[in-house]
Amino acid sequence: MGKNVTIDAKGMHYTPLNRMIRQAVAEGSEEIVLENVLGQRFIANGLRGEATITVHGVPGGDLCMFMSGPTCVVHGNADHAPGNTMNDGKVVIHGSAGDAVAHSMRGGTVFVRDNIGYRGGIHMKQYDEKRPILVVGKNAQSFLGEYMAGGLLIVLGMDGSTYTGRGVGSGIHGGEIIIRGDVDESLLGVGATKLPLTDDDRMRIAPVIREFAEAFGLDPEPLINAEYTRIIPASSRPFAGKYTWE
Amino acid sequence: MDGSAIKRALSMMNERGSGEGAGYVAYGAYPEYEDCYALHVFFDNIHETKRTLEAMLEQWGHIVHDERIRTYDQPNLRTVHIPWRYFFKPYAGLMAHSTSPEDDIVSQIVMKINTAHTGALIYSSGKNVGVFKAAGWPEEVADFYRIEDYEGYIWLAHNRYPTNTPGWWGGAHPFNLLDWSVVHNGEITSYGTNRRYIESYGYICTMFTDTEVVAYLMDHLVRKQNLDADLAVRALAPPFWDDIDRMPEKEQDLNRALRLAYGPAMMNGPFAIVVANHEMMVGFTDRIKLRPLVVGEHGDRLYISSEEAAIRAMDPNVERISMPPAGKPIIGRVAR
Amino acid sequence: MTIGSLPLRYKISIDRERCMECERCIDNCSYGVFRREGDRILVDSRKCTACHRCIAMCPRDAITLEECPCDYRSHPLWTRQAREAIYNQANSGKIILSGMGNAQDYPVIFDRLVLDACQVTNPSIDPLREPMEVRTYIGKKPSRIEVMRKENGDVELATTVAPNLQAETPIMIGHMSYGAISLNAQLSMARAVAETGTFMGTGEGGLHSRLYPYQEHMIVQVASGRFGVDIDYLERGSAIEIKIGQGAKPGIGGHLPGEKVCMDVSCTRMIPLGSDAISPAPHHDIYSIEDLAQLVRSLKEATEWKKPVFVKIAAVHNAAAIAAGIARSSADAIVIDGFRGGTGAAPRVFRDHVGIPIEAAVASVDAKLRSQGIRNEVSLIASGGIRESADVAKAIALGADAVYIGTAALVAMGCRVCGSCYRNLCPWGIATQEERLVQRLDPEVASHQVANLIKAWTLELAELMGAAGINSIESLRGNRDRLRGYMLDESLMSVLDVKQVGA
Repeated sequence: MGKNVTIDAKGMHYTPLNRMIRQAVAEGSEEIVLENVLGQRFIANGLRGEATITVHGVPGGDLCMFMSGPTCVVHGNADHAPGNTMNDGKVVIHGSAGDAVAHSMRGGTVFVRDNIGYRGGIHMKQYDEKRPILVVGKNAQSFLGEYMAGGLLIVLGMDGSTYTGRGVGSGIHGGEIIIRGDVDESLLGVGATKLPLTDDDRMRIAPVIREFAEAFGLDPEPLINAEYTRIIPASSRPFAGKYTWE
Repeated sequence: MDGSAIKRALSMMNERGSGEGAGYVAYGAYPEYEDCYALHVFFDNIHETKRTLEAMLEQWGHIVHDERIRTYDQPNLRTVHIPWRYFFKPYAGLMAHSTSPEDDIVSQIVMKINTAHTGALIYSSGKNVGVFKAAGWPEEVADFYRIEDYEGYIWLAHNRYPTNTPGWWGGAHPFNLLDWSVVHNGEITSYGTNRRYIESYGYICTMFTDTEVVAYLMDHLVRKQNLDADLAVRALAPPFWDDIDRMPEKEQDLNRALRLAYGPAMMNGPFAIVVANHEMMVGFTDRIKLRPLVVGEHGDRLYISSEEAAIRAMDPNVERISMPPAGKPIIGRVAR
Repeated sequence: MTIGSLPLRYKISIDRERCMECERCIDNCSYGVFRREGDRILVDSRKCTACHRCIAMCPRDAITLEECPCDYRSHPLWTRQAREAIYNQANSGKIILSGMGNAQDYPVIFDRLVLDACQVTNPSIDPLREPMEVRTYIGKKPSRIEVMRKENGDVELATTVAPNLQAETPIMIGHMSYGAISLNAQLSMARAVAETGTFMGTGEGGLHSRLYPYQEHMIVQVASGRFGVDIDYLERGSAIEIKIGQGAKPGIGGHLPGEKVCMDVSCTRMIPLGSDAISPAPHHDIYSIEDLAQLVRSLKEATEWKKPVFVKIAAVHNAAAIAAGIARSSADAIVIDGFRGGTGAAPRVFRDHVGIPIEAAVASVDAKLRSQGIRNEVSLIASGGIRESADVAKAIALGADAVYIGTAALVAMGCRVCGSCYRNLCPWGIATQEERLVQRLDPEVASHQVANLIKAWTLELAELMGAAGINSIESLRGNRDRLRGYMLDESLMSVLDVKQVGA
């Protein structure tokens, strides 16, 4: 097999599809293009390496779950939980994604050009240099960044919408959530607190926004310079006050 | 061959019994009705339950012929049931989605009648096969039915020493379901597991004894699971894991898979068992040989018994006598 | 302070004639009960947890412990525990957390079931001299076997059999995470299961690199917090277990107190140092049975269908129907954790009041799966309150393929079931991450103790089977005819599908 492989996934079950992807990676392919994807779950699940997988169509749930290294570009919407428990690599979705995007993500990057559903970035983690990033171009629904233990979650609001979901950062004890515009105090979840974005913060997130803009061919500057709210944990033990010992 | 020889053989082993149950089964007993299921029924009385049974049979098929099984009073045998036989043809179309609709209809009727406890018990239900049993010594039971009047090409017989249900005619061996008949010496310690397993496939154990489960297991493994008789026996009495571990790889794979798939069918405890259907007879013992089993051969005849003496009582000129290793099936196929 | 101080739970006394003031008690007590003032060792009994470390280490047997030295006015309803919980919550306004398993005085069903033995009608088998098979395969079993008969008469298997774990005993060690217990405790158990040919669970705290040598005997867990879960971790395990619930706290997530989240635990879990490691109550990618099937298949897909996937649920009222749903996913084994299951930390109200006993749960799950004709296709592992080999035999006779032990393995390492696991001060070096305490547990020694326990129970199990005339564990499984209920009510016996003694 050469450096580029195209697989027609029409009507194919996900197990043989993944087997073909694995084989292509094992044989040194750098670019794997999947045509006619429709509902196949678990694409690039647990995949290692550096390959780029381009998906044309609508993949099923748990896209790139446990993935550790490759890049996956989706031309279409993604279903439930892309980037679930992903360890490393990059997922770029030219469209929207369902609920629980980047669930328990451990590292790497997930870029969603449009919208995401409920509980985006739930329980993202972080340790040392391993810091997962989720950037959403337009908007997200409720319980964004619930239980977050680390990582960076940005909602760019490119369509001019404001975040109106409830329970942002409910139970957050690590990491940060940055949302375009102001986020009303009543929308903050238990244990979350909001701060204005400082210049230092803006400097910090600018490279991430530039990368996002580049992925989708957008002008990064207006996004970098927009107004944001930063939501962080009020404490690393948000629920410590709920319990007493026998 | 008629039943006189096997009566003689069984009588040799009276010491093994207690005079509370004996029985015979003859394959080939009803050549004139060989296309019909021969249902043998014990009625408590023929006023109450006979009509119910017949109504059910008419619902599912057609009674070609029925009659009271001829019996001859014996001084020490108390007649507690009236044995009856029906030659029955089920309507196959009534059992949709089945690969063996006629068998399924008959099997279902047997389970229904025997669990309803209405005073009728179907103890024999195969084609061209008949079970003859009662509570008594082997000779008495043989004479009660005049077993020598029946012809068969496979015969099984059993002499019982009951502990659980003494005196109950249904508890005497052989046990039969459809084509399968079983005689068993011993006690199955895995009965609780085997029964629950087989009942999850729609069989219902009704005889209050461990032996009937063997008939159902064989029916399930051979008819439903499509295993050959030797593999079915291997599922019931499989090799030990350490023996399997030492086999060549492909043999290991097969034997391991058999144990994994049919673990709950595996039988434990002491047993020597002979099962038969219209085309074969299979004898085997438990895996550590807790019950005796002797095999005799003479030309195209195969004899399996608990004692050599019983074989020699039937055939004084028997050519070869052997004692098979534990768990190894001895299979005799009917010559065509 | 209108409530004032409560009566002592434990009173420590030192026999001054025997005490030689060696200070081992001071060194050993991590709770600070003992101190030296001048030439005397003084005692602050209020700090005592009844962990017995001082008693075990005193060279002169000079220390005694008395439980509840000061009585409340006795009352059958307003027990000491009821009153003290109220004082606690009146003062704090909080949820009470506690350690170890259910502390409510429910009858133990295992203790009201008796096993059978052979007399006359069939022989008992002597496992010392005759074969006795306790080997247990955990995983998906084929529903039927297809074979190919070759021309030379050889028979070959045509069915593909899913990967199974081959355990040399039906006794496995359940999931206790790194974080909840120390690395030395995990190491000790890992060596023990490797030695005895069985398996243990990692819990949800990831797999520490020092456990890699034993990975073939480790079942890695994927819980709702997804701590330590990546593709390497999944591939290292011999099997993968999805933890839906835990018997000690059905319906809620895990709770590792921040005190126990040290540097190493923070690293393996990828959470901030000292933060509470809270696993969500549900998996947030599982909100229904079809989502569970999706996670099962996702794990299989990630590991190329080479690993058995277990699903563990807490024993709840509807466990049988839930298990039937799990059996329909691609899961290979179902773990049922009864309401006596242990824990490092659980809300007391859950620990004591939610869920059902493992005996009833296993019986009903086994029966449900049989009624649907799929029992043998999936393995059933019972856990939660297995204290001795007889419990193992009874659990298997009620329908389990194997059991998980938890607390029993900790007790084998010295645990005294004091129930203070959440404090990170376990003086036995088990439920703590304090280096000086962890050092007290020598994996070299402790692994032998755990292995001894597994061996001894396995020997006893073989003896019990032999006495029942059974020489293979398959024939004990679900063999409820070999059990009788003693002083059990009729409705419970019908759930257990056992007869009463004498019947």
